[in-house]
Amino acid sequence: MFGKMFNKILIANRGEIAVRVLRACHEMGIAAVAVYSDVDRASLHVRKADEAYPIGAAAAAESYLNIEKVLDVAARSGADAVHPGYGFLSENAKFAQACADAGVKFIGPSAAAIDAMGSKTRARQAMERAGVPFVPGTSRGLESFEQAEQVAARIGYPVMLKAAAGGGGKGMRLVHAPEALQSALEGARSEAERSFGDGEVYLEKAMVNPRHIEMQVLADEHGNIVYLGERECSLQRRHQKVVEESPSPMVDAEMRRRMGEVAVRVARAAGYTNAGTVEFLVDQQKNFYFLEMNTRLQVEHPVTELVTGLDLVQLQIRIAAGERLAFTQDEVQIRGHAIECRIYAEDPDNDYFPSPGKITLLLEPSGPGVRRDSGMYEGWTVPMDYDPLLAKLIGYGADRSQAMGRLRRALNEYFVGGIKTNISLFLRILSDPDFRAAKLDTGFLDRLLEKKRAEPPTDAKATEVAAIAAGLFAALGASAAAAGERSPASGVSQPSAASNWKIAAHKEAMR
Amino acid sequence: MTYDIAIDGNNHRLELNRAESRWSCRLDGREVEVDAVLARPDVLSLRIGNQAYEVKCERVAGSLYLWVGSARFAAEVRDPRSLRRRVPGVDDHGPKKLTAPMPGKIVRLLVGQGDEVAAGSGVLVVEAMKMQNEIKSPKKGTIRKILVSEGAAVNAGDVLAIVE
Repeated sequence: MFGKMFNKILIANRGEIAVRVLRACHEMGIAAVAVYSDVDRASLHVRKADEAYPIGAAAAAESYLNIEKVLDVAARSGADAVHPGYGFLSENAKFAQACADAGVKFIGPSAAAIDAMGSKTRARQAMERAGVPFVPGTSRGLESFEQAEQVAARIGYPVMLKAAAGGGGKGMRLVHAPEALQSALEGARSEAERSFGDGEVYLEKAMVNPRHIEMQVLADEHGNIVYLGERECSLQRRHQKVVEESPSPMVDAEMRRRMGEVAVRVARAAGYTNAGTVEFLVDQQKNFYFLEMNTRLQVEHPVTELVTGLDLVQLQIRIAAGERLAFTQDEVQIRGHAIECRIYAEDPDNDYFPSPGKITLLLEPSGPGVRRDSGMYEGWTVPMDYDPLLAKLIGYGADRSQAMGRLRRALNEYFVGGIKTNISLFLRILSDPDFRAAKLDTGFLDRLLEKKRAEPPTDAKATEVAAIAAGLFAALGASAAAAGERSPASGVSQPSAASNWKIAAHKEAMR
Repeated sequence: MTYDIAIDGNNHRLELNRAESRWSCRLDGREVEVDAVLARPDVLSLRIGNQAYEVKCERVAGSLYLWVGSARFAAEVRDPRSLRRRVPGVDDHGPKKLTAPMPGKIVRLLVGQGDEVAAGSGVLVVEAMKMQNEIKSPKKGTIRKILVSEGAAVNAGDVLAIVE
């Protein structure tokens, strides 16, 4: 073994991913340090941490994105490493460098590798040299409208304009015809400028409803790189992934090997270390093109963990501590099938807009083949300041059909009261014939949402049950108030001996 | 006990009487045998005949919802002995309040006091969780009043503007 395992890790994140990383730390006997903003004092990651430090106001720029404050906590707590999770500082080369300068190990790739992949245009130039297949287009930022016009004419419409520094669909424009190019270019540039402080925009051929498939790689600091199979991430809305699965139903062993080898080549060309993901666009003929590399742990990493039996976060920590990969490519086996749903606090009846608020009732699924990575708890108020991801629910089975069955069963067990969530969307997806037949592409979700939801015929029996339950809740509420006690609904067990203060204390506890 | 209960706007009358461990119950004059256990606050386990149901109760901003499986029902429960009466139907005339659908921040006012608006046209923009949501006018009319300013933080249910 090389290096020495860490004693204490600072987790520079919040929400479910902070809890996920914290769990890995505790499993490895490492102390976990949480940081939190003013609105996150009551968050789950703070409750579960060994140490917790406030780092400022709700706005991410003043807390979770503030390099100085995070490193100050690292110094004060004596943490010997920092795990950035995803989002926030996870792909920030300056942060990785600042960690190195401060003598704190950044659990992720080097600043240079992040930098090489951070700009989509520069990544493209490097990858072209490494012989990685690309969607036709420019590998450099567009210099002028005239250049954009020429390139678009050469590769043919439709074309896609993309921000070089982009991500999450910001600064992207689909252009169907030459007339629309100029305004789209201006729009993409100003949006890129506003979102990333960098107006560089490039252009490539737009693929109509491609599949989005990504390959997980893992590289130690001794030159060993393996791929851990692909994830199918074609189900997206507003360019955000909604459902991911592994393996992809369209990828066979041969295609997996070819994609995996390209992904390893990408990682090697970038001098990459730690966990990373190479994203590909795949057309109907199973041609795949390099899209970008994500230089961090992905939200959807659990599906890979379930089908490979590996713990990616623990492996990230081991790699950062200088250990060699303990297995070879040949030893990586894909077994079974896993599907993940991203549970968001958003309102399906209001175009999936965020719906923060207090969680009044939470019933969570468990049982065979169910994994739940959650950052919420009953009584917690979901703050309005951050991404509305609450939890990830993953179904695992021997094959895709069993995974779907378990996931659907678990979704039916999941109940989040007080706020709106997108759980009903997943039940729709899982009952859709195209999804069940694995006919997936990036246009799938928009098509599904365009279909008017067939209003289920009013179930007379369920209505009757609801009416009776409404009366019972009212009657029990009234009798509970009268007795100073919430009583079980069966008419018999009315506690009588409890003293008043005990009843009052019980009532408080029930709130 | 007798309740008038509206489920998704349809009225039912429910009479409930506790009988040993069960409830004898009349729904719209029909006898139904119900065995109920409050599993935990806001969760009822019901047996109606031998059919078993888990019913969840959700209270949000003064509204009551009941979940039977994944079906959600809006419920209103009134005790007929109380004198309060519900105003039936949705009134399209007179002033209408625009309320915040979620806690957030007012990022932009799209109209001013006294402006004419069409039904469905944007009045102001609320931002929450990095998403901007345009609050639209529920009817054609005049903006009588705007009760918030740009940059203000609002809670769900807060009145933002009044259209008349």
